[in-house]
Amino acid sequence: MHIRDSLKLVTAVTALLLPLSASASAEAVALPDDPAAKGLAIAEETDRRNQGFGDTKATMKMILENAYGETSERALRSMTLENPNPEEGDWTLNVFDKPRDVDGTALLTYAKILDPDDQWMYLPAVKRVKRISSVNKSGPFMGSEFAFEDFSSTEVGKYSYKWLRDELCPEPVAERTCHVTERYPLYEHSGYTRQVVWTDTTDYQGRKVEYYDRKGELLKTLTLTDYKLYESKFWRAHDLFMANVVTGKSTRLTWEEYSFGNGLTQNDFSTNALQRAR
Amino acid sequence: MHSRIFDMRTALALSMTLATGAAQASDIRVTGYVEPELQFFTQSASGAEQRRWNASVAAEVTFSRFWDNSSQWIVVTPFARWDRQDDHRTHVDVREAKYARAIDNWEFRIGLDKVFWGVTEAVHLVDIINQTDLVESIDGEEKLGQPMIMVSSVWEVGTFTGYLLPYFRERTFPSRSGRPAFDLPVDETQTQYESGAKQHHLDFALRYSNTFDIWDVGVSYFQGTNRNPLLLPGLDASARPVLVPFYAQAKRLSTDVQATAGAWLYKFEGFWQNQLGEQHLQATGGIEYTFYSIFDTASDVGLVAEYVWDDRGANRQNPFANDVFVALRWTPNDAASTAVLAGTTVDLDTQALGFSIEAQRRFGDDYFVSLEARFFGNVPRSDPLFSYSDDDLIQLRIARHF
Repeated sequence: MHIRDSLKLVTAVTALLLPLSASASAEAVALPDDPAAKGLAIAEETDRRNQGFGDTKATMKMILENAYGETSERALRSMTLENPNPEEGDWTLNVFDKPRDVDGTALLTYAKILDPDDQWMYLPAVKRVKRISSVNKSGPFMGSEFAFEDFSSTEVGKYSYKWLRDELCPEPVAERTCHVTERYPLYEHSGYTRQVVWTDTTDYQGRKVEYYDRKGELLKTLTLTDYKLYESKFWRAHDLFMANVVTGKSTRLTWEEYSFGNGLTQNDFSTNALQRAR
Repeated sequence: MHSRIFDMRTALALSMTLATGAAQASDIRVTGYVEPELQFFTQSASGAEQRRWNASVAAEVTFSRFWDNSSQWIVVTPFARWDRQDDHRTHVDVREAKYARAIDNWEFRIGLDKVFWGVTEAVHLVDIINQTDLVESIDGEEKLGQPMIMVSSVWEVGTFTGYLLPYFRERTFPSRSGRPAFDLPVDETQTQYESGAKQHHLDFALRYSNTFDIWDVGVSYFQGTNRNPLLLPGLDASARPVLVPFYAQAKRLSTDVQATAGAWLYKFEGFWQNQLGEQHLQATGGIEYTFYSIFDTASDVGLVAEYVWDDRGANRQNPFANDVFVALRWTPNDAASTAVLAGTTVDLDTQALGFSIEAQRRFGDDYFVSLEARFFGNVPRSDPLFSYSDDDLIQLRIARHF
């Protein structure tokens, strides 16, 4: 039965942590005084600095570690196509290499802002493409400490915002100043009541995120480091460390082999392409 | 038997040629698994040559190479199983041995390949391109590689695909010593075809598919040798009763539709078929619903309920003529990808019951273990599943992936 194959993975990484990228320039940004408007303006500035990236290809590794220090590994290749339509999110295709029992399994996602994403999974053993439900926002991604929504939270319209304060950024850029903003998920099925985001004032990149669960308790902390600049314009974090403060488990996610301007088109993001993805 | 040996030899030769061609290039990707299997049948055997215990091992390796910016590729996937009891289950197949090329919105493939059509979980009515490798599993999910030429094109109005299928693969059946098996063995030396061209009849298929918002829709047409044989009573060389496979010519028009609305999936598959001068309809449909993050844990519980219908009513050719299928799956979403799936089938005509439970998880990075139990109950003689009802099975598989 095919449903047992679909258990191994549940849904997808969509537009991968794009809010964490920003322009290289440190131009001054005029921000309003009202905390809600200021929080929104900071998110919009982060988003603006990522516009026009076109397409990307990259490989991802995750090291999952439990409270006893035991580790397991995940690996996938990812392609993203920027959607010029601001009413919709980007298109993403992910192909899994590890664990080896899901090798070749692939996920195609057409991201939306507040509606559930359109999502198809390809099961290589039976050559089946299956449209799957994408409402599972709060579930763990591949058994990791990342939830699906931690990947797809890139669109400005997915949250409302409140600027809290400015303070020194966390390590390793502790000499810089960060905007500290709260954001509240507007989409259904979120596992969070709020997130607190540290955004570097010099380049509008995310440095740290705290995730608060449905009871309002601190659940997880994400630290973003090893930023690299592409096309002289687009920053990408290459090391994302998610620590679960409740269970003691953690996941280190690293990006490698980032490339921009690959000439990808919608033909590379069809359900036909899903079956041949490599 | 002769035809199968020929078939195997041709397929192996083709795969060797492709593998050699691919081997000349540098970046060949090699993946696969080796999977020992242990089977225990809870009832004593009905046939003198059958046993209660069985051991076997299967292996599958995929060699793949992509080049030209991933727009051209060759994939070769040989599969083999050695089975201690059943020399029919000891078999080799080439699941894939294909060259493919994508150009803009077009894709071409030539060689042995597998194709799946459909949306439902319990039975796959619409899926017809590949023959079932029945000795692998009686659930019909395992398929033999099918020689084909495929052309597909993606447009705004939908995806159009055509298949030319120049060679037919016979269904695999267990030998007298194999289990689970029909009470009468299938004699493949006497296989009959409606078409004088036999296995060389040129079959073809056309498919249209598209997505409309929450709807995923497919419409397909197939004309050629039906993959599902009629099993006719006969006698073997020693005048013992056997079943003889008869492969008829069929014309089949089918559709498959899924609506994806939040956590609900609604599914339908159906076909109209004309075979041996008779027309008939079959259909299946149902729902799939998932309760995500139950009790504020990471666990999901999914429910699948489907109904299967055949307009001929209860008949010898189709065990699923008026059946309900219900399954539950539990996934804790842990790092080991643990999953438990339990399902039951009820024949509303005969009150026959089928029950299965399967548990699986990963050990370490590369081992995947699954434990499965399958039981039948209350199956009357008139039900086509009666033959299987004394083959209740517990099965352990340990796959080592590489």
